[in-house]
Amino acid sequence: MRSTYRRAGALLLCLALTGPLAACAGSDDSADGTTTLDYWLWDDRQLPAYQDCADAFHSANPDITIEITQTAWAQYWQNLTTQLASGDAPDVWTNQNTYYPQFAAKNQLLDVEPLVQRDKVDLAAYQPGLTEVWVKDGKRYGLPKDWDTMAVVVNSEMLGKQGVDPAGLESLTWNPTDGGTFEQVIAKATVDEQGRNGLDPAFDKDHVQVYGFLPEWADGASGQNGWGVLAAANGFTYLDKNPWGTKYRYDDPKLAETISWFKRLIDKGYAPRNDQQSSVANSELLIAGKGAMLITGSWTVLTLTDPKVKQDLRFIPLPTGPAGGRSPINGLSDAIWAGSEHPEEAWKWVRFLASSDCQDRVAQRAVVFPALTGATQKAADAHKAEGRDVHAFIDAAKKDPFLLPVTDHGTEINTVVQDTIQSVILGSTKADAALTEANNKVNALFK
Amino acid sequence: MGANRVVAAPRRRDDRAVAWLFLAPVLVGFVVFYVYPTGLGIYYSLTDYGMLAAPNLVGVENYRELVEDDKFWNALKVTGYYVVLNIAVQTVLALGLAVLMHRLTQSVAVRAMLLVPWLVPNVTVGLLWMWMLDANLGFVNHVLGALGLGATGFLTSPAWAMPTIAGINTWAYTGYTALLLYAGMLQVPRYLYESASLDGAGEWRMFTRITLPLLRPVLALVLVVSLIGSFQIFDTIAVTTKGGPVGATRVIYFYIYEQAFANFRMGYASAIAVVLAVLLGVLTAVQMRLLRASRSDLA
Repeated sequence: MRSTYRRAGALLLCLALTGPLAACAGSDDSADGTTTLDYWLWDDRQLPAYQDCADAFHSANPDITIEITQTAWAQYWQNLTTQLASGDAPDVWTNQNTYYPQFAAKNQLLDVEPLVQRDKVDLAAYQPGLTEVWVKDGKRYGLPKDWDTMAVVVNSEMLGKQGVDPAGLESLTWNPTDGGTFEQVIAKATVDEQGRNGLDPAFDKDHVQVYGFLPEWADGASGQNGWGVLAAANGFTYLDKNPWGTKYRYDDPKLAETISWFKRLIDKGYAPRNDQQSSVANSELLIAGKGAMLITGSWTVLTLTDPKVKQDLRFIPLPTGPAGGRSPINGLSDAIWAGSEHPEEAWKWVRFLASSDCQDRVAQRAVVFPALTGATQKAADAHKAEGRDVHAFIDAAKKDPFLLPVTDHGTEINTVVQDTIQSVILGSTKADAALTEANNKVNALFK
Repeated sequence: MGANRVVAAPRRRDDRAVAWLFLAPVLVGFVVFYVYPTGLGIYYSLTDYGMLAAPNLVGVENYRELVEDDKFWNALKVTGYYVVLNIAVQTVLALGLAVLMHRLTQSVAVRAMLLVPWLVPNVTVGLLWMWMLDANLGFVNHVLGALGLGATGFLTSPAWAMPTIAGINTWAYTGYTALLLYAGMLQVPRYLYESASLDGAGEWRMFTRITLPLLRPVLALVLVVSLIGSFQIFDTIAVTTKGGPVGATRVIYFYIYEQAFANFRMGYASAIAVVLAVLLGVLTAVQMRLLRASRSDLA
């Protein structure tokens, strides 16, 4: 008697365990020979442009339908990984350089190099540097879709009130000792509650109304939105070889000097103290008129020039440092899942995404700069037609930009480096010692 | 059958089979949603599982790494700090509110109002307070500024971040805890208070001599449940500080989450989770024991 119940129980358990699995294993194929491809991206602002591409692609290939899923950045990667782990990932997804190395290492990405060779894809048509990031050990894990560079966004009205000549903003200089003309402008843009600017001897740094500069400290291991840019201008390079280096150089004194300069900027009252910083994004503070300048990426152009924004914001080039004034360039790619049941159709879609047909459509909407150099110009024209001046970003891409680090252990390095830099800025540790220790921790990950 | 037996004793019906049948749905749920995942978690903690490839057994390697991982120890320390802050403040406040409800007003409207913060989803609570407490744009700092006080980065300064998180959750949960304690107080017989007041005992004396001792089993339950709940703090932190600044709010659950879903080290994350489960088990046992939670003094 007992054993019957036990058997019944086991059966129930089996059903409960296997039921959901059987339910989620669906097939994308319809009986009529058409194929549906799943495509993932995270940027809601880019969704309409790519929906446009998907519709055009479907018109040209009626037997292939593209189903786009957009998930916010914060959930995108964990959703993707969970889907990969359960064997039900999208056929094609938008890839990014911190996350893609582990997908490549775990054989989740289709090597498209043979297909590139077979179909003679012209890789020279893309912005230089963007295609090679996606190559590891001779295998190619995607075609480039877009790029972004960095610039400084300034509140022209606030700077105008302090008598800053707008023409001079095109060629600011910076160094880690006295901050150059960049720091001069920041000082002038900082205003206390009595209306005195940062150069006034009576300036009250404890009651600041508008900060001249809003630095970003939650910026991972690259400092793309701030410290990384100035450290590069000071001659700092992240690692021995990029992509796929194995030895980072966070112990470089040039980086410590840069972080120390930021610390002094804060001590002078020109930038918010880290422990009095907002939890909301710096761009919100800029829009709210609480800050006059910050370093930003080309992906924020639409947000910052939105007609609803009351501030008069404009983009100026990054300051030139002792080692020049290069901007990081970062691009995304479209990758194909190695487990896709429709690799040939997926490749067709990826090729279309990387073609001028699709990238021109994206360019027209001026959301991002497409990776094809031809389409970049179209995006620039589209911005111009809307009255947006984005020359700082486009010039940065032409001025020998550098690549952000692409290595294994990207997310772990992010935490180590970000924590260290924040602790230096908070004043709880000294820059040299802390960065050397962080560097040892980072390099230990590669052993 | 022996001749000396006159009447066969009526056989007691065996209900066990039926009992098992009725228990089956719960048992299946328990096995599927608790026993199986727990077993799997323990197994993963002994592997290098990274979600994208089949797990390989690595023995106690994860646990060895754990012992030397200063981020793990920091997470434990930070979580402990949160638990102490949260439980202490919340229990005292809730006890006060419960006594007021018990002795002063029995208004249903008051009780309903106390529950409102608890009904708001935690993510909403987190975002709401994050905006109100913002150093530059927030209402609270605006008021502090008007009073001549400087801005405080409640969630961005390492010293303030954890007390602020504890404060936010205390705000959200005190009403609920108070209601549980109030329900416990209703079990205390009224005549005890009447005779005490005839004997000339004041409110404070009645509270310490009658309410508190007789509330002990309920208080113990509330403490155990809120202790476990506090150790599991995650959502408020995920939407406000994300573990920062410099790990000041990187509590154990957030660290597990980071390891599992940002670094995709599922094996290591499982090891941390197992340690946490053992820790909570021990703490609960100690607490139950100390407070003699299963016995009431009312009998």
